[in-house]
Amino acid sequence: MLSPELGHYALALACVLAAVQGILPLIGAHRRDPRLMALAPGLAIGQLIGLVTAFACLIHAAVTDDFSVQNVAANSAVAKPLLYKITGVWGNHEGSILLWALILGLCGAAVAAFGRNLPSALRARVIAVLGLVATGFELFCLTTSDPFARVWPAPMDGQGMNPLLQDPGLAFHPPILYTGYVGFAVPFAFAIAALIEGRVDAAWGRWVRPWAVAAWCFLTCGIAMGSWWSYYVLGWGGYWFWDPVENASLIPWLTGTALIHSAIVVEKREALKIWTVLLAIGTFSFSLSGTFLVRSGILNSVHAFANDPARGVFILGLLGLVIGGSLALFAYRAPSLTAGGLFAPVSREGALVLNNILLCSLCAVVLTGTMYPPFMSLLFDRTISVGKPFFDATTIPLALPLFIFMGFGPMLPWKRAQLWPVLNRLWLAAGLTVVATLVAIRQLSGVLPVLCAALAVWVIVSSATDIATRIQLFRGPVAASLHRLRGLPRAIIGTAIAHTGVGITVLGLAGMSQAQHRIVEVPIGSTQSLAGYEWTLTDVHSEPGPNYTAMVATIEIRRNGHVVTVLHPSKRSFNMQNQTTTDVAIHTNLLSDLYGVLGDSHGTDGHMTYVLRLHYNPLAPWMWLGALVMAFGGALSLSDRRVRVGAPRRATSPSTQGIAS
Amino acid sequence: MTRKTRRLWLVIACVACLGTAAALVLRAFSSDIVFFVTPSQVASSPPPKDRTVKLGGMVVAGSVHRERRGETPVATFDVTDGQAAVSVHYEGILPDLFREGQSVVAIGTANSAHDFTASEVLAKHDETYMPKEVAEALKKSGKWDPRFGPPPSAASWNSMTVQDARKDLAAPAQPQSQPASPAPTGSAP
Repeated sequence: MLSPELGHYALALACVLAAVQGILPLIGAHRRDPRLMALAPGLAIGQLIGLVTAFACLIHAAVTDDFSVQNVAANSAVAKPLLYKITGVWGNHEGSILLWALILGLCGAAVAAFGRNLPSALRARVIAVLGLVATGFELFCLTTSDPFARVWPAPMDGQGMNPLLQDPGLAFHPPILYTGYVGFAVPFAFAIAALIEGRVDAAWGRWVRPWAVAAWCFLTCGIAMGSWWSYYVLGWGGYWFWDPVENASLIPWLTGTALIHSAIVVEKREALKIWTVLLAIGTFSFSLSGTFLVRSGILNSVHAFANDPARGVFILGLLGLVIGGSLALFAYRAPSLTAGGLFAPVSREGALVLNNILLCSLCAVVLTGTMYPPFMSLLFDRTISVGKPFFDATTIPLALPLFIFMGFGPMLPWKRAQLWPVLNRLWLAAGLTVVATLVAIRQLSGVLPVLCAALAVWVIVSSATDIATRIQLFRGPVAASLHRLRGLPRAIIGTAIAHTGVGITVLGLAGMSQAQHRIVEVPIGSTQSLAGYEWTLTDVHSEPGPNYTAMVATIEIRRNGHVVTVLHPSKRSFNMQNQTTTDVAIHTNLLSDLYGVLGDSHGTDGHMTYVLRLHYNPLAPWMWLGALVMAFGGALSLSDRRVRVGAPRRATSPSTQGIAS
Repeated sequence: MTRKTRRLWLVIACVACLGTAAALVLRAFSSDIVFFVTPSQVASSPPPKDRTVKLGGMVVAGSVHRERRGETPVATFDVTDGQAAVSVHYEGILPDLFREGQSVVAIGTANSAHDFTASEVLAKHDETYMPKEVAEALKKSGKWDPRFGPPPSAASWNSMTVQDARKDLAAPAQPQSQPASPAPTGSAP
């Protein structure tokens, strides 16, 4: 049976297997012993089986309401719906660490399964590095945050979960986000393996890029889901709070985006090798510090540290070991990597370098803004906070040039390019951008929103132009163009789609900067006007729910006398946790969101007034839609023929060039 | 194009981008940073009127008044750290977790030593957790020390804050046995 003891044993077994996986293949690769190297895939899959068993046991305990398990008693309750009993497993510290380890095990097994065409030494080293990282985190799980710890006597009922977390969006947000974070462990392991081997070449770039792109897709979706959750659950009308936990996911996203671009240069031109290795190490290091430092509150609050010193010291030591160790190895081995191909500043390589510099500057700015307050409070005992005004003033000016270069960067030829022929192809895009600017000036207020909207249009239209030029659209029969489109590498279409996604997101952000809201306190029957709509509060009544009681309002929204929609925002009181949550009502027509929140009620019977917060959020859905489009573009480029079929061969000697076309 | 000229281009691009980033950060640091202040700091040296600050403390029990100006809801309440109290005006919906006698963070500007206009009120905590800044402020004011156990319950704060803060409102803050570090963070540039 799936008892907690079995789960604990399986976790310990996985930890031991991970340690063996981390040591033996490394020795094997060093001694060129094929038997030791061949152990790696089996060990990785064994470790995964152990972790899956452990995780299944924890889910089993949660579903069967085994309150003798402390983790279940603290976070679950009999009355909780089944879905949230399952998802609640990773809604707390211990469970989320186990999920983290499970996904890492999954990555190791994926390399074992899909990496059959890798050279055996490289594969053994990659799997071994993943095993070493896994050992550390499984030890952390076992020694300081054991999810299977028992409690005696077992309580009759659990303490329940924070009502805010009882939401399908949040239930699936952590696994996707974690897959993104942990997925960058694979490029990291490739980088470490390459450093140990002392060799990075085009084939390495080709192997590492799909893993980075896959992780990036998950991270993009995870961030978008988190932002969407905070938009529709927290009910404050915004979508991004710039708080450390959010920034912790944005920082690896920025360096990860730089990584998937610089890996192209390694793959095609064998340049930027050392930089790409550093980016792979940096991205995973940021993922690690993001999940563990910020979430566990070590840097933010001294209390979390003091409450459980063992946990804090362990995680700090582990982070120091992983990050410090890999950077030390980098410093020791990077000079031995040979420098790559030459290129002119104006070239595809040059554009990608610029992309990397700008993304890393953005990352540095976000990092500074995130780390400055904790350092100020640690060093100078000053409590400050850095919020939206700071990040708006620093990130937008750096993002604007990025959007400009994004337009024509993908159209530049490799090695050496002429700017003029490329720009010449973009006159239509430039014209449409000018039109968009004029429209934006009429519609939007503020300089930065107008610039952002115009450049977003520029990015979208020039991406479309790129594809249109490649398939020679309108230069011959449409059928021929469609045939060319089918023959076009999926990576190129994926790039254009992902860039279009960026444009859509930026348009959404520009639209949201024009959001309007009103806070009113009104009796039933009163009508407010906001953004050309008439909002009428027609009714407020109370309604019982499964483990709460709700006060539900009815707001009719009319435009020019016609009913557009009826919103039902509510306020829920959870008796068990003595907590209230607001349930936002949103009506969207994909161009704008009408967003209503019900606040407190005042007064006595007959003279009741209700506080309402009404928002009009133009283009809000585009922000998340764009992120989905980006992830779709990434996924499409993963289905490229070169990734599926072409088993890249390594050149016989490192000096041989021109493997990739 | 030699390796050397390429490296030169790279260095120029890096310096340009990172330089811009640094300049933007420094400029934003001088204008967009929000300092955290306690009621006693506001009382002793109110921050400039155009400077947004975060005011944190406990909501004095019995001090919350809600009224309606036209159709806009206006809430007034006192925030204290046990030494001084500042009255806060806020137009909007108070958060779900806003309670009398519990911790709160108000973001806005100080009009005078005892008068604060909030543009945002945060009460992001449950029954046991207290915002870090408020906990720090309470520790400094000597009301609670984490070494001696968990923070006092909301009920005991009710009585403490009512008596102490009302007294303090009448007479300006007296230095206590464990004085707060009097650094006037709010007025720093």
